[in-house]
Amino acid sequence: MTVTTITDAELAPKDYASDQEVRWCPGCGDYAILKAVQKALAELGARRERTVFVSGIGCAARFPYYLSTYGFHTIHGRAPTIATGIKLANPELDVWVITGDGDGLSIGGNHMLHVLRRNVDLQILLFNNEIYGLTKGQYSPTSRRGTHSPSTPQGSIENPVSPCAFALGAGGRFVGRAVDTQQADLVALLERAHAHRGASFVEVFQNCVVFNDGVFDSFTTKDAAPHAQLHVEHGKPLVFGPQGERGLRLKPGTLALEVVPVGKGGVPLEEILVHDETNRTLAQLLVGLEPPEFPMALGVLYCAPATSYEADVYAQARAAGFGGKRELADLGTLLTRDGTWTVE
Amino acid sequence: MAISTRPRARQARESVVIRFAGDSGDGMQVTGSRFTVEAALAGNDLTTFPDFPAEIRAPAGTTYGVSAFQIHFGGVDVTTPGDAVDVLVAMNPAALKVDLKDLRVGGTVVVDTGAFTERNLTKAGFPGNPVEDGSLAQYQVLTVDITRLTVETVKTFGLSTREAHRCRNMWALGLMLWMYGRDRQVTTDWLRRKFADRPELAQANVAALNAGHAFGETAEMSEHLVGYTVGKAPAEPGRYRAVSGTEAIAWGLIAGMRGAGIEKMIFAGYPITPASLLLHTLATLKAHGVITFQAEDEIAAMGAVIGAAYAGALGVTSSSGPGMALKTEMLGLAIATELPLVVVDSQRAGPSTGMPTKAEQSDLFQAVHGRNADAPLAVLAAATASDCFDVAIEAVRIATKYMTPVILLSDAYLAHAAEPWRLPDPSKLPRFPVHFRTDPAGFHPFVRDPVTLARAWAVPGTPELEHRIGGLEKDYDTGHISYDPENHARMTRTRAAKIAGIANDIPPQRAALGNDHGAVAVVGWGSTYGAIHQAVREARDDGLDVSHIHLRYLNPFPANLGDLLKRFDRVLVPEMNCGQLVQLLRAAYLVPAEGLNKVEGKPFKVAELSAAIRASI
Repeated sequence: MTVTTITDAELAPKDYASDQEVRWCPGCGDYAILKAVQKALAELGARRERTVFVSGIGCAARFPYYLSTYGFHTIHGRAPTIATGIKLANPELDVWVITGDGDGLSIGGNHMLHVLRRNVDLQILLFNNEIYGLTKGQYSPTSRRGTHSPSTPQGSIENPVSPCAFALGAGGRFVGRAVDTQQADLVALLERAHAHRGASFVEVFQNCVVFNDGVFDSFTTKDAAPHAQLHVEHGKPLVFGPQGERGLRLKPGTLALEVVPVGKGGVPLEEILVHDETNRTLAQLLVGLEPPEFPMALGVLYCAPATSYEADVYAQARAAGFGGKRELADLGTLLTRDGTWTVE
Repeated sequence: MAISTRPRARQARESVVIRFAGDSGDGMQVTGSRFTVEAALAGNDLTTFPDFPAEIRAPAGTTYGVSAFQIHFGGVDVTTPGDAVDVLVAMNPAALKVDLKDLRVGGTVVVDTGAFTERNLTKAGFPGNPVEDGSLAQYQVLTVDITRLTVETVKTFGLSTREAHRCRNMWALGLMLWMYGRDRQVTTDWLRRKFADRPELAQANVAALNAGHAFGETAEMSEHLVGYTVGKAPAEPGRYRAVSGTEAIAWGLIAGMRGAGIEKMIFAGYPITPASLLLHTLATLKAHGVITFQAEDEIAAMGAVIGAAYAGALGVTSSSGPGMALKTEMLGLAIATELPLVVVDSQRAGPSTGMPTKAEQSDLFQAVHGRNADAPLAVLAAATASDCFDVAIEAVRIATKYMTPVILLSDAYLAHAAEPWRLPDPSKLPRFPVHFRTDPAGFHPFVRDPVTLARAWAVPGTPELEHRIGGLEKDYDTGHISYDPENHARMTRTRAAKIAGIANDIPPQRAALGNDHGAVAVVGWGSTYGAIHQAVREARDDGLDVSHIHLRYLNPFPANLGDLLKRFDRVLVPEMNCGQLVQLLRAAYLVPAEGLNKVEGKPFKVAELSAAIRASI
């Protein structure tokens, strides 16, 4: 007979919903992401009082209002800075950053670079819809060349940034990717991101039904997905297709990937690359793959943990004598060092 | 050069102004700082004025690379760095060129002839050699080949030529310490600590210091080389130390944190002249509960501080004019979310990059009004280096009690200026413990204290107080997002009333000197305190009906300020800007205040203020 002691009531996904009415456009991918996050929080057994969601500005940034945890809806592009301050003040808090392609990679690109480089222990979810939604449909830094929008009536002439390539380039130590509506994969990825100590960067392909509907259809529709999605798993061969009939290998004589048929009439499985999530070079190759020539790589593309920033900060501070609350009277030692004189 | 017989008696001086001037690589700031410490330990009252270029190492020998450090010390109450220089130590021709104009007629100029080469003279723009062509006839000139004497002194230590040359400043310091009968033990100890890793450098510098001192003591001396005595300044009994504005702010913030009963301070900053010094100072004070964070930019520094305040720490950031401009949007967020934090602004000459190392008081409008929308916050200003300590504590008190960002205005002059400071008894410093909300009953994020109107400080980690805040307008009664027009008006007025209410929680304004009524009130704020005080004192000594009023609280003003100003016939407002406080006073009280403005990147001289006071009567 097993005796189970319940100390904390187990929370269901709905317990992580706030009492506020969700106000995204009907059909917005954000609903699916919200649902996945609530599910992930429940599965992680997250304590609401120790969990903080920090966002910037944009459609995605409304996210914290719909959760029953602590939440801070900040200003455009700056959520990583405020999240960093929260972690510096209280490293015990579990802090999530919600951002978008405009918020995180345009106005907030600088902060994104530095929060990743520093490896602050945060989960950073970047909802990429390749458009500015809240300001009514302008092209964003992830919009593809030729994107027609109110500010680019002749089509965008800018080259888009790849969020995951940016994260790797910035020195991010956890980089993952998922699709908004693929709940099971997204929840699993969020749990991996949460388990990683340090900055965990997750790009979520999020469909904007109003301004950029179907922009990810080439790899997200029911018909396309099995052929155009590569779900990577550490230690497993990089194969995809309905029957796993295609795979990736290094193109002989180059440092580039190629898609090859696997098995009968194709390349033996042993020649297919095996995913090593600690291999940065492989991750860099994977994030660069784009349909239609290649599948879209999803899952944990890179995970190579190192000490997180705030842990190092406190290690240094403690080595310098930081710790414990001090009294006013202790100030004397500070004020009297380096020389005093007395007037009688 | 006449040779005198020795020994001669030292002559007494009430107070003396020395300026050390040389190349930015000559170590003039260190020399001045060390003289300051020795003078302070000898019981002099003093004020210092470091004046250096923005270039770290401008081309050697050029006039724009001249770095100077002025100290005014005396056996009397000293409130300013001094209008005119008594002794100018010129380590090269460029220093002489730049700084001679401030030497009083009859003053002493000490010249390192070793640096007066043809090349250096040309670089400084002298057609001939001023030391030899009689152009210094109205001064007492003491020519010493400091370069050669230093090199000879240190040759036994095996230094490179460059390293040997860099001991010249200690030689000059030794001579000046001899001239004013000051000790050099503390500097000797300091040199040994500073060069602990390079004992030969420590020995060479100490030898140069001693050689300069011995030169004064024993060398065949010119008639211009005279020793002086400067007595101890009258001072309240107590324990004293020398303090700079930056140090005092750092320690005041720590005292404020403890007074508030907060466990840690998160200080975030981005390098900017002249504010970086505060980041450097606090980075060494981790043992006192400080975590410092060098952010990627000014905005990030401000963001980190908002995050820290949200999570229950004392959040502090620091910057200067252009950096303050970058923090503006974040300050709006801190006002909207009503989070307690302190922003220290070391003002410098602007606009834009302006003159980064030169002081100005031109951020007052930016501090009080420089944000989008109706966005009030509290603004304080420190008057002197030691005042920085008390004002920093007060900034923390107001921030935490009223849940508001507070801007503490300092400037490039105060940041570096040093003066003696009577140490407070730490156990008697103000206590104003904060109360973190833990009670869920009736809680919402904008539930307010009925008296202060401050919202509750409920930090993440507290069970059952989970809530969401942000820059969107919130409902007064629930804290949820609200676009209701009447609610917005109510919240806007409440935010304003909260800040305005601080006026009831600060001391009434009094005159720093003189009566609370009369012919002329000279109203200042910030680092002009010393010069105004001295000018008003002199005017009053001459029987003029003048008072000095100095404002610490710039937003809100003290409740009685309007009444006080209206009791004077004229209100004169000296400022190192083109008239900012004067406009605020006129707008607030409809008083005919008149501006007296200086925007040269340098503090007021007492004489300038005296002339203006006399002209206004």
